[in-house]
Amino acid sequence: MRPLTEEETRVMFEKIAKYIGENLQLLVDRPDGTYCFRLHNDRVYYVSEKILKLAANISGDKLVSLGTCFGKFTKTHKFRLHITALDYLAPYAKYKVWIKPGAEQSFLYGNHVLKSGLGRITENTCQYQGVVVYSMADVPLARTLV
Amino acid sequence: MEGQNVEELLAKAERDEAEKLQRITVHKELELEFDLGNLLASDRNPPTELRRAGPSPEAELQALARDNTQLLINQLWQLPTERVEEALVARLPEPTTRLPREKPVPRPRPLTRWQQFARLKGIRPKKKTNLVWDEVSGQWRRRWGYQRARDDTKEWLIEVPGGADPLEDQFAKRIQAKKERVAKNELNRLRNLARAHKMQLPSTAGMHPTGHQSKEELGRAMQVAKVSTASVGRFQERLPKEKAPRGSGKKRKFQPLFGDFAAEKKSQLELLRVMNSKKPQLDVTRATNKQMREEDQEEAAKRRKMSQKGKRKGGRQGAGGQRKGGPPSQGGKRKGGLGGKVNSGPPRLGGKRKGGQHQRGKRRK
Repeated sequence: MRPLTEEETRVMFEKIAKYIGENLQLLVDRPDGTYCFRLHNDRVYYVSEKILKLAANISGDKLVSLGTCFGKFTKTHKFRLHITALDYLAPYAKYKVWIKPGAEQSFLYGNHVLKSGLGRITENTCQYQGVVVYSMADVPLARTLV
Repeated sequence: MEGQNVEELLAKAERDEAEKLQRITVHKELELEFDLGNLLASDRNPPTELRRAGPSPEAELQALARDNTQLLINQLWQLPTERVEEALVARLPEPTTRLPREKPVPRPRPLTRWQQFARLKGIRPKKKTNLVWDEVSGQWRRRWGYQRARDDTKEWLIEVPGGADPLEDQFAKRIQAKKERVAKNELNRLRNLARAHKMQLPSTAGMHPTGHQSKEELGRAMQVAKVSTASVGRFQERLPKEKAPRGSGKKRKFQPLFGDFAAEKKSQLELLRVMNSKKPQLDVTRATNKQMREEDQEEAAKRRKMSQKGKRKGGRQGAGGQRKGGPPSQGGKRKGGLGGKVNSGPPRLGGKRKGGQHQRGKRRK
């Protein structure tokens, strides 16, 4: 377990900033506690300082996970954002897409969303913009590129 | 009057006594359990006073501590005493409470080479006597150690064996052989230890005295030998089909796990600010490399012109002189340019330099 290097932090921030933009500094600098990113077995975990201190007591080979896993670094050092980060991305998302109940199941099983299935979308969303997909009940489902 | 005074004094003395006694006697419902060997007193009385006390039971805790300590001291005063260097000490009995292990159970050590061999062959240790009859001195002597029974280094007369050189010193030869045996034994002992602790011996540059080494050990020894030059292995040539050693780079150093959280936060926010500013930042490394590349191209163009001129005029010396003057100044410029370089990326310098020196007349990309 170790903190991220400059390079790794930059790569990760660039990926996350595609979805939440400058709201990322709200993740880094939180009013309700010190949270930090730590790397363990190529996975990036977002964890509070208190939990980190507890996790430091577990030996590295026996530690499975801590805090929330945001994603992992692949063998060629690219950052892949995981679905477990959605809880932290959704509140700060800049561009949101709501899909109708009928298209929701289809989307969750991996199919594309047709224009007819699109409920609402934030205005000024450009093509290939990173968005967070919600259901009509404002439940975040996933993050994709438009 | 005096009588009254005397009575008063007596009463006061009595009261003082009573008070003192009260101080050193403590009434407890349940007697305490004492382990004087560990200076331990266990109080099993229910802590009703503490529970009644409320949020901060400081006074009650202090009273409890005082009472229990008083009882312990009372017990200590009852022990048999002795005098040690002008101080009166109590002789403590053996401790009755068994303390748990301080350190974890030691894990079983790997067998030594002899033990493995003996186990394989089924050799059991034979019980031997400590003393052996020594004919020479006519007494019982140790089997091994100081003044042992058959010590061949201590003989006063040695016959020169048939095929040996008559001028050789047999006594020195025996002493030398003994020293070698001792050294070999010590080496084996250290190797067994190293195997047990999974450590490496501080080696003789990786070479084994008897030459029986595995391929990996020889490879490591060769790598160490290569790097042990004045330029740390930079100009050592490799054999035609030899591959570059893997993993011989510098070990990366990471930030500590619990570094300064505030500093970490600040650097991350700074990084975010730079990312969001949407202005292309000056990458110092790339700028300096670009500058150096341009200078190299100018130099190459100049040299080509000079060499062409030299060929035409028939004077190779000019070109040679120019060539000799070239590389040192290049080296100087390159070193100056390194000042602004930031960490990332492998150093371009070495490759460029070698290319420049070898191909003097050919076109460079």
